[in-house]
Parts: sequence; C-alpha cells; structure tokens
Amino acid sequence: MQKLLSGNEAIARGAYEYGVHFAIAYPGTPSTEILENIARYKEIKAEWSINEKVAYESAWGASLTGARVLTAMKHVGLNVAADPFMTSAYTGINGGFVLVSADDPGMWSSQNEQDNRNYAKFAKVPMLEPSDSQEAKDFVGEALHISEEFDIPVLLRISTRISHSKGIVKTGERKELPIKGYEKNMKKYVILPVNARVRRVDLKRRIERLRKFSDKFEYTKFEWGKQDIGIITAGTSYQYAKEALPEASFLKISMTYPLPEEKIKEFASKVKRLIVVEELDPFMEEQIKVMGIRVEGKNLIPEIGELSTKIVRESLSKTENRKLITNNRVDIPKRPPVLCPGCPHRAVFYILHKLKVPVTGDIGCYTLGAIPPLNAIDTCLCMGASISGASGLSKMAKDKKIVGVIGDSTFIHSGITGLIDCVYNKRDVTICILDNRITAMTGHQVNPGTGVTLNGEQTHTLDIEALCRTIGVSHTRVVDALDIKEIRRAFKEELEFKGVSVIIARGYCIVYERKYIKSPFKVVPEKCNGCGACFDLGCPAIEKHDKKAVINEVLCVGCGLCLQVCKFDAFE
Amino acid sequence: MDILFIGVGGQGVLFASELMARAAMINGLDVKKSEVHGMAQRGGSVVSGVRFGQKVYSPTIETANVICSLELIETLRIINYLKPGGKVFVNNQRIIPMTAFIGDVPYPDDPVQMAKEFSNNIALVNALDIAKDSGNPRIINVVMLGAASTVIDFSEKIWQEAIESIGKFVEINKKAFFAGRRLVKEI
Repeated sequence: MQKLLSGNEAIARGAYEYGVHFAIAYPGTPSTEILENIARYKEIKAEWSINEKVAYESAWGASLTGARVLTAMKHVGLNVAADPFMTSAYTGINGGFVLVSADDPGMWSSQNEQDNRNYAKFAKVPMLEPSDSQEAKDFVGEALHISEEFDIPVLLRISTRISHSKGIVKTGERKELPIKGYEKNMKKYVILPVNARVRRVDLKRRIERLRKFSDKFEYTKFEWGKQDIGIITAGTSYQYAKEALPEASFLKISMTYPLPEEKIKEFASKVKRLIVVEELDPFMEEQIKVMGIRVEGKNLIPEIGELSTKIVRESLSKTENRKLITNNRVDIPKRPPVLCPGCPHRAVFYILHKLKVPVTGDIGCYTLGAIPPLNAIDTCLCMGASISGASGLSKMAKDKKIVGVIGDSTFIHSGITGLIDCVYNKRDVTICILDNRITAMTGHQVNPGTGVTLNGEQTHTLDIEALCRTIGVSHTRVVDALDIKEIRRAFKEELEFKGVSVIIARGYCIVYERKYIKSPFKVVPEKCNGCGACFDLGCPAIEKHDKKAVINEVLCVGCGLCLQVCKFDAFE
Repeated sequence: MDILFIGVGGQGVLFASELMARAAMINGLDVKKSEVHGMAQRGGSVVSGVRFGQKVYSPTIETANVICSLELIETLRIINYLKPGGKVFVNNQRIIPMTAFIGDVPYPDDPVQMAKEFSNNIALVNALDIAKDSGNPRIINVVMLGAASTVIDFSEKIWQEAIESIGKFVEINKKAFFAGRRLVKEI
C-alpha cells in the first residue's frame, strides 16, 4: 500500500512494521511526532518520558530484556542523554536499539544547529541517514538488524527536512518477534572499570566489523553519470545535489558512520573532481581526507544553515544564476510567532517587564516573553538553565534579586535539580514556574503534571507545590496566571524576601483546554482614550485602529487581562 | 509543478497543502511536501510547499509555478519565488500582525497593488464569503485550494478522492473546494 507520510510518520511506521516493542521519548521539535504516531500502534508500548536521559536509559533497560526499542529526541536532547548514550556503546544491547536524533539545520525551532553526526563518531556508534520518508521507514528495520547483529545502539540521524517533509511510502505488515528475555550478564552490563576496559576493546572490534559492513550496506550506492564530477552525499543533501547536478556521478551514502572506505576509494578513482555535498559540518569530508583522498567540500558548500537545491547549484557552478529569485525586499510588517491570545504566560511577563527585574528564561512557548512589547526575558540557554542561571547570576550580582521563569514540563525535565542546588547553596532567587499543565510548544504533550500518560491513562499527578516545599522552598505559593493584581503582589513580596522562593503561576494553555474559552470582549470606543496601556500586553487580539484599541473578536478568547490593565473601563 | 502555500498560523495552510499532495499521489505522480512546525507557528507565518511530477528529489521549492496565499500581505513574503508566467491566488483578507501596531512598518494600504509589481497574473479571491456560504468561515484554505486547482491539470474526480481520503468533513470541504474552483473559472 502507498501512503503519503512525513519522515516522522514513516519512522513510526517502521517501528511498527519491524517489530519494535517499546518506544519512549521526551517531546522536542522536530522529533515529536515520531512518538505521537507510534502511540497509534497498539502493538508498541509507547511512553512520554520526563527527559531524554531518562528516556534513553529506559530504552536501554528495556533492550536488556531482548525487546526491540526506539527512543527519539531532538539534537539538543541527545546532549541531555549523552551520558548513557556514550557508555551504552560499551555495554551494547540485547534487543535491537534505535536512537533517532532529529537535527535542526537552520534552527527553525532550536537554540543551535549542532551536527549530531559527530556523536556517532564520538561514541563509536553506527549511524544511518535516510534521504526521504521511504528510507526513513526502511532504515528503522536496517538499524534494528545492525543493532542486533553488532550488539550496539544505532543512531538514525534525520533533520527537520526529513522529519517534516512528506513523501510516498510503500507500507507493509508488522513482523511480530518474540522477546528473548532478560539474562544477567555482569561483565557486559556492569560497567566497572575492570569490565569497561574489556568492553572498550570489544567496541573497537565491533566498529571495525561495522566498517567492513558499511562497504556492503545495500542502501549505499553508486549512481553513475558523467565522470567529470563525482558527488559524495547523504541524507537530504542527496536530494538537493541530485536536482542541482542531475548528470553528475553520485556515491549516495546511507551509513555515514563508519564510512564505506572501499566504495569511497573506488568512486574517487573513477571521477575527475570529487566533491562532498553535506549539510553543516565537514563530517564526511574530513574523514575522507584522512583516507588520503583529495576532495572538495566546505570550500564550496556553506557550513552554516540548511542547504537547498539553489544553494548547492550556486555553490558548485561558476556562473551564478541568481536571476531566478530577485532580491526585492518588500517593506511589510513581520509576522513572528507570538504568545497566543489568552496565554497564561502573558500576565507574568507583563508584570516582570513593569518591575524591571533581571529575568532568566528557559525553553518553551514562554521564551516568546523576550520579544516586544513584553521584553521581559534576559537570557535563554537550554532546558533548565533559567534556574541554575539565575542561581549563578544572583551569587555574583550581589545587589540584584534575580527571577527565573520556567515552564512546568521544563521544570520537571531539568529544573528540579537546579532548584535543589539553589536551596542548598542558599541563593537569593525567585523562581516562577509557569504551570500550564501541558508541554505546549511542541504541540501539547502530556507530562507528569497533567496526570495522564501518552496512551490517555490516568496516572499520579505531580504536585509541584508540594515538591518545592519538600526540597526546602518554604516560600512556595500558587497564583492565578490570569490575575494581574495577585501576580504583582506575589512578585513584590517575594522580591523583598531574602532566599529562595517559588511562585507557581497556574493557568491552562487555552489552545489545549479550549473549554476555558470565554466570549470575546469589546472596546467601548467612547471610553478608550488611546492611552495604549493594553498594547503593553502584546495580545494579538488587541488591534490598534486610529490610535484606539479594537478587539479582534475572532482571536479574543475572553481571558480578561485587557480589562484588568485598562484604567478607563473601556473593555466590556 | 511546484506550489507554495502561505498564510498565518491557524488558517489551515498545512491542510491545504496536504490535500494538494494527496491529489497528486492519487493521480499517480511522485510528490513531496515540506512544512515546518514548532516555533514557526504560534500565529506566525506558515509556508508549505508541494512538488509533484514523474520524479521529485528536493522537498523544498526553488521557484513556484503557483502561489496560493491565504492572507494579503503574506503573498508579498514569497512572491519573489514566483516563476516567470506563474500564477498567484490571493485570499482577499487582512490579518494584521501585532508588529504593525507597535513597530515602524504599518500594514500596507494596497498589498495587491504591491504584488502586481511582481506579477500581473494575480487572482484575488473573496474566500471568506465563499467559506461562510459553504457553512464554515474557517475553511478558506479549502476554498483557496479550489481556486488554485483551476491551473492544475487534475480531473475533478481526483480532487474528490483527495478530499474523501481525509475521512472527515468531506461534504463541507467538497462544497468549499468546488465553490472556490467555480468562482475562479467564472472570473
């Protein structure tokens, strides 16, 4: 059967067809839909985890039973899971283990564009790179097979363009495999130095065998054309290069670590000019150079940002054909992403902006609190850094009280440890947990604070307030995220307090919990004197016509913040 | 054939491009569709491209034969991707971004005139009126796809099958699609 599937949907389909038993992940764009789609197959036990490290370790544990497992994460998620990832190459696995890393060249929805192919080489773990949805599905099966054959986790490396592009995929049926069963193996799974040293040598042996395998991997292939230019490429770059240079010869590599050395040497010997077309780092180029082969690559192809057919064509041709796309910039207002109308984060940022206090931010929808007119966030580094960052800032900026803001899901992901550290080291910070009861930015995934699992089962609801008190934050209070007066009072009081305090601003994500939508407000034109106070809220539903506020009734969800900031009672 | 869809988050750009891609697949062609999720949404501009033909390599579009825009100024954001002789379909609707109120650049008075400086092949469609007539003001996306379908050489049966393959809201989508298609044919 043929289906139009995104790369993420195709990987989920692959997990189904190739008998994956257990899949676990923490949401992160562009990888999120992999688990969401896997969860639709009842044959696979699928779970949201609280972070990538826990997900990875859980998958590893499940693999020890002989079950086939898959975990998926965005590129920076693998930084969080790097600790178990690196050592799992030593221990190896039992049931096939696929780690999907979804990179984000061009940073469509990420804080950096690190090239996670380096992780494969770093950890000495084999890596497959699909170039479209069909391969994304097929390579799940190949990865599971390689994993079991070579006793090692396999990195399936994709990018935003693979994750979120759709293509035609031939689907098949599920092959159900028995779970082999867990057997104690202390020398393999207890990574004491005495065992680690043995496993280190074994890893070398496994990777050398994989090097030979890479040359035989059937998805790595020659596509002969004119032999004056030979292109070595992989992943989505293959598609761009193929379109830009349809007549060239190609070596399309599908297993990009270890590289197929014999095939590369053969290809190099048959073409006049050898060029590596790859997105981001010169990952293959450097290794090919180490093989002693003369090759071009990053001297031509940009190492920053996403590639495209146009970029590849222009990089490789001397006669630049820039005429096709004129650079006429039209002066029109930008349309950046914004906090939605009715967003429960808005009031907190509105107050923090007015209080002019340094605010460390974190990763989530609420990072948007940094942009005008709210301008309320000073920093954003990575998951959890709002709390630990505020901690360090407060230690050295002695006269200033620092506020850290973090979402509920991010707090659970990696904020809790930072908060314990704040208490332990007697910091002077106020942490605001923006508790909207959902992981919103990635498209509304449930988390321990929601009290529901990925499969919709009820589970224990994490009591964030009780948790904060237990770890020693006696100044913990909950405020209504839509009550500006209460939020202002809470911040004023906690900023006076010397020590660690937590304000939990609780309010549902209105896009997810649509039942809380109320009827829209209206502006009474005679009462609005155009003072502009409501524009400071940065609500997309409040428009300005002839200097006066007008509510866009299609967008307004009746949250009532405008009502609270208007001194002239112009909203009703 | 390369078609770019653009609009504002929430307008249904991705659904319109999904129907387009399914129609191409049902017609027996190779097809690729690209889109971007996450930070790019949340009321921001959303672009999705569909490419189809005998064999499609890159999922992203270099130059478009057709631009289907669900909002007036969004057209201007990508109109420089239009191939010479390409066709533009624009929903005659303004959604004013907040930056127009607080920034230096106001919402232009006559975006269509600005678009005409790039192309004289622009069809302005009052999709909101047709969507309302079809029973749901939110399905301007399907109305606009219907309008754009007039320059895509697929039979009406193919479009019907694509709409049916979604499995939900089939009748209302068909109504909106064919109303959009008829309107442009009459222009």
